[in-house]
Amino acid sequence: MTRGAIYPAIAVIAALAVCAVILLVMGLDPVLAYQKLFQGAFGSKNAISETLTHAIPLLLCALSFAVGVQGGLINLGATGQLYIGALAGGAVGIYLHLPPILHIPLILVVGFIAGGAYGLLIAFLKNRFGVSELISTIMMNYVAIYLLNYLVTGPMKDTSSANNLPQSALIATTAKLSIILPGTRLHAGLYLAIAALLFYYLFFYKTPLGYQIRVGGLNPDAAHYAGFSIEKNNYVTMFLAGGFAGLAGCVQIMSVQSRLIHAFAKELGFSGVAVALLGNNTPLGIAISSILFAGLDGGAAKMQTLAKVPNAVVYMLQGIILMFVVGQEMFNLFHRRQRRAGIKKEAAT
Amino acid sequence: MIQWTTNFLASTFLISTPIILVGLGIVFSERAGVINIGAEGLMLIGALMGVVGSWATGSVILGTLIAMLSGVFFSLIFAYLTVSLRANQVVAGLALNIFAGGFTVVMNRLIFGVAGNAAKIDVFNTVPIPVLKEIPIVGASLFSQPLPVYIALIAAPLLQFYLMRSNPGLKIRAVGENPKAADSLGISVPAVRYMTLLYAGAMAGFAGAFVSMGQVSFFSEGMIAGKGYMALAAVVFGNYNPVGVLMAGLVFGSAESLQYRLQASGSPIPYQFLLMLPYIITVLALCVYHKKTNRPAYSGQPYHKG
Repeated sequence: MTRGAIYPAIAVIAALAVCAVILLVMGLDPVLAYQKLFQGAFGSKNAISETLTHAIPLLLCALSFAVGVQGGLINLGATGQLYIGALAGGAVGIYLHLPPILHIPLILVVGFIAGGAYGLLIAFLKNRFGVSELISTIMMNYVAIYLLNYLVTGPMKDTSSANNLPQSALIATTAKLSIILPGTRLHAGLYLAIAALLFYYLFFYKTPLGYQIRVGGLNPDAAHYAGFSIEKNNYVTMFLAGGFAGLAGCVQIMSVQSRLIHAFAKELGFSGVAVALLGNNTPLGIAISSILFAGLDGGAAKMQTLAKVPNAVVYMLQGIILMFVVGQEMFNLFHRRQRRAGIKKEAAT
Repeated sequence: MIQWTTNFLASTFLISTPIILVGLGIVFSERAGVINIGAEGLMLIGALMGVVGSWATGSVILGTLIAMLSGVFFSLIFAYLTVSLRANQVVAGLALNIFAGGFTVVMNRLIFGVAGNAAKIDVFNTVPIPVLKEIPIVGASLFSQPLPVYIALIAAPLLQFYLMRSNPGLKIRAVGENPKAADSLGISVPAVRYMTLLYAGAMAGFAGAFVSMGQVSFFSEGMIAGKGYMALAAVVFGNYNPVGVLMAGLVFGSAESLQYRLQASGSPIPYQFLLMLPYIITVLALCVYHKKTNRPAYSGQPYHKG
């Protein structure tokens, strides 16, 4: 555990240092920039609640990638799964009118299943045709992006106002997640994110099926030897991965977005990958790093207005953090090999 | 109809060119066993640095060279991470893309200001080819294009020959197909992977520069918008062959070109489905290739000597 926590911390500090040097070369003041960035992220009640609000979808997208890694799959398709989940959940939110006690859970279930189904497609292509999920997930992202674009400019377009924006009508008020901290945007999606994190932990570390999937992810040969079906693992893994991403999409349209908008998730899917990696795919690590990345996003605006440093600096920072995280793999190699040997032994007995 | 066809073809070549250029780079690093999703970010950096270079030197050629050098520089970091440190290639590529998204925006605002008042720069002009430009339809479309379009079309078959028939090409393929065997024959796996990655970086920079200075004449934030990933699709659809990349690039380019025309003519067919097409046919192609794929056996796997 300590080992797992030290390297990400080093990566963040090293990235802050490298980014500071780049800022100096560009003629900007890194100390002032970081100061305002921190203030903007964690400096007030409002800043903290904004950071947490940003962290909710980020955490769900990170789980989407982390689930894939547990099953030995590289899911770069959170973006697409998020949009499909948001589309299905959004349709329920816009066109159905139910009491909130039914409406909200129904949207979440529908969104999870839709995102999961989009994930299942990836698993099917892999199992049936041997298509690498790495490539198919990227391709299916674009299919989903254009499908959303078609729907919000065509059949689902908002016709109530005169504007010509690519967006749907507002979701019903019964489908909105309630604000849990008055005066801020922090909403009940936070509880959902925490529940998802708990589920992730319990499923992979406390259930036989989760254990099977982890064994398959770490060592397919060992799993095969132990009689586990890799194909089934792929299906379960991708359904859960897609489901979490679908939830992220639903939560966004049930809170800060309130409607489907063209390309609303922007880089959320890929940021989730970064968060999962920084958090080393552990539940606690993902929780901390999603708050850190969300803080960077949230603090960027304050940094831009008060320190006159372009907000895009935080993406540079995120990229460099990720480079240090993957660069540190060489320290982890030995550690991982030990763990792999351990689990192989466990599976064999 | 002749006019329509001419315009359609002309824009197809223009749209396909950056996809083909970057794809001709990626195909080599992929064949050497490195998955290069960082091409998206490298193109973005190339698009910006090309404009900066052209603005500073007053020459589009020098600007393009600066874009290519930037691509090489950032590819060097990528190569160090993935080849020397044996980092996960997908993650390193993603890191590069995220970094490039921030870096180009910051640089653009610092150099050209927040308003983004597009400075007037030297760009790629069309270079009609004498005699051939008189041919109906193809003359005004294929033979009246900026220089990089010709380069992309001519380079593909030459690179195909280099990859499949030359000794260095054989070494590159050996490194991706079976690095251990290649190593035992005295081929340096890291050296081959470094070289193909640096070359791919140069091509990504070139392709990016063509987006900002061949298709338009300015840099705008996030202007690559998935072209790097589309090039990856072209490499896969083209079954990891340079000529295949050329064909795939032209098919993808024609889908996009047709989409613009449909939108303009108010056709009832939703243009978004045409935009989806490249990605759908790539996935379908993957299903069809199945066992016949040229994807290297050791694709994505770092090489451990000994």
